[in-house]
Amino acid sequence: MAYDKFTVLSSTAVPLPIENVDTDQIIPARFLKATKREGFGDNLFRDWRYNGDDTPKQDFVLNNPIYSGKILVGGKNFGSGSSREHAAWAIYDYGFRCVVSSFFADIFKNNSMNIGILPVTVSEGFLHKIFTAIEADPNTVLEVNLPEQTITLVATGEQESFDINGYKKHNLTNGFDDIDFLQNIKSEISEFVSHTTY
Amino acid sequence: MSNNPQSLFDKVWDAHVVKKINDGPDVLFIDRHFIHEVTSPVAFLGLKSRNISVLYPERTFATADHNTPTINQHLPVADPLSANQLKALEENTKSYGISHWGLGNPKNGIVHVVGPENGITLPGMTIVCGDSHTSTHGAFGCIAFGIGTSEVEMVLASQCIMQPKPKKMRINVNGSMQKGVVPKDVVLYIISKLTAAGATGYFVEFAGSVFESMSMEGRMTVCNMSIEMGARGGMIAPDDTTFNYIKGREKAPTGEAWDKAISYWKTLKTDDGVVFDKEYHFEGADIEPQITYGTNPGMGMGITEHIPTSEAMESGKATYEKSLAYMGFNQDDSMIGKPVDYVFVGSCTNGRIEDFRAFASIVKGRRKADNVTAWIVPGSHIVEQQIKDEGILDILTEAGFELRQPGCSACLAMNDDKIPAGKYAVSTSNRNFEGRQGPGARTMLASPLVAAAAAVTGVVTDPRTLLA
Ligand code: SF4
Repeated sequence: MAYDKFTVLSSTAVPLPIENVDTDQIIPARFLKATKREGFGDNLFRDWRYNGDDTPKQDFVLNNPIYSGKILVGGKNFGSGSSREHAAWAIYDYGFRCVVSSFFADIFKNNSMNIGILPVTVSEGFLHKIFTAIEADPNTVLEVNLPEQTITLVATGEQESFDINGYKKHNLTNGFDDIDFLQNIKSEISEFVSHTTY
Repeated sequence: MSNNPQSLFDKVWDAHVVKKINDGPDVLFIDRHFIHEVTSPVAFLGLKSRNISVLYPERTFATADHNTPTINQHLPVADPLSANQLKALEENTKSYGISHWGLGNPKNGIVHVVGPENGITLPGMTIVCGDSHTSTHGAFGCIAFGIGTSEVEMVLASQCIMQPKPKKMRINVNGSMQKGVVPKDVVLYIISKLTAAGATGYFVEFAGSVFESMSMEGRMTVCNMSIEMGARGGMIAPDDTTFNYIKGREKAPTGEAWDKAISYWKTLKTDDGVVFDKEYHFEGADIEPQITYGTNPGMGMGITEHIPTSEAMESGKATYEKSLAYMGFNQDDSMIGKPVDYVFVGSCTNGRIEDFRAFASIVKGRRKADNVTAWIVPGSHIVEQQIKDEGILDILTEAGFELRQPGCSACLAMNDDKIPAGKYAVSTSNRNFEGRQGPGARTMLASPLVAAAAAVTGVVTDPRTLLA
């Protein structure tokens, strides 16, 4: 999928200090019936965000206007559970471009990078600092710098670096995806197929 | 023996690397690709917008399962959105020349049930599907894992996927198992010990006498749930049990090809001397029938134990308390005797013939409890037929149960099989997340034996007290 290039993102952030946020919470299965990629943002965190009668739950962070921004900050083990890429689409469609946590589930992490969301893994300590800073001031700005691989609390200058492999970094900064890469090595694939077991 | 010992996982992985990328993932060739109606439509849209075709359509197999009704399958699907997804699958597979076992096809069923039962899944393969429980196929010594829709598109376009090689973990369970303890209990026990994220970043090999003496159905149940401890997948070395299961299935090799296959399959095991990045050892005798009390599959315990107190939790006290509040349980409660409103037997975890035999072994000669609604859902039409042929249907009917038609059903509640808000379900499926089985539904994961004990007594019951 074509997505915006990701280089440096400066934004306020939405805090979700809950652990094990699973993909069934991010987008419940009953909303997976679409045959298109767009429109999932409306149902992001549906059951945490709305009551059974579709009225907003006032205590949920997405319904609190003092929090906004392109960065979502989640607790440990974010995105566990089902492989549904719809979870990443919903996050993207809602307007987030970056998710910060101290630990991501594997498939979610892959899915995110495939559609242009940057998952940033920080230490428990730094995650705690971010939550504390946002709690004290909802206008706290985070700067995520992909070329430098750093995340910074702009007000205090506190910074941590994060890991990402060179290949994925190249893709995200250029707006490429894996299919672009694979289309270019088709002859190597057909050569491989000529001697597979199955 | 080679002086460079290799694990089963390394052998299969290395045999499928098309290309290694510097400071990046491996390009891994995929032997078999399963697709279903929910995670494939957008992948086909992507192909269309890039104007590329399916590279090897004969390596992809489609079945409709996630969204299908489990009654009156001969009628048109009532929900227009579901019907639309089913139609998209039918049209896409047709226009790209992909095999499709749609609703009404005698081979139709849950993707991870029909793959093995038709001999599509064979030892040493790489298998992917846009469903996280693709790990099921690891029971045959395959590297099998769930992928997202962008990756479905990638596999359709190139038959490859880009993956960094995971780390290796081995989980050994040895010794003998207590009566009333079945494969589901073994895997729930392991997950409760490792936690729901304990194997993230790893590919797991299950080894030891407990798995060696397990049937293929049991091994599939175990590998199915390896994703629930965060692992990319789980696998078990193929042996005679595996070969006997495959022999004679529709797409299995025959004649000379069979002999050749067997001699290859026999090399698929971990050599002596391999060092794993992480290794665990458990005793089969320590495992009792399991049940979950919380909202992730790691929150499980022996059925006679008490729910742990938050003091006993290493981290995440607030999350833990939120979870118990959702379930309506208290710390230190006993699970035995807890009320049960629904019982679900089915899913790619426990929707195979052995699971219905186990369920029937307790139900036989007893009656369904009046307060319980039971959904008994075979994993495929082939399983449904076996249930009839073996007389299990008669046992169920006599006890007041009805058999539904195959599909994912209440495992993810995309169709009408939803547990109502606040109600308690004992479920043989794989996930007890908040709302997984319907908004507000409260799920307790367990084996088919525990499900049967709940279905006939109307409360959470230790199945060992009902076994002859
Ligand atoms: S039964 Fe559940 S886990 Fe299995 S394929 Fe269907 S939805 Fe996925």
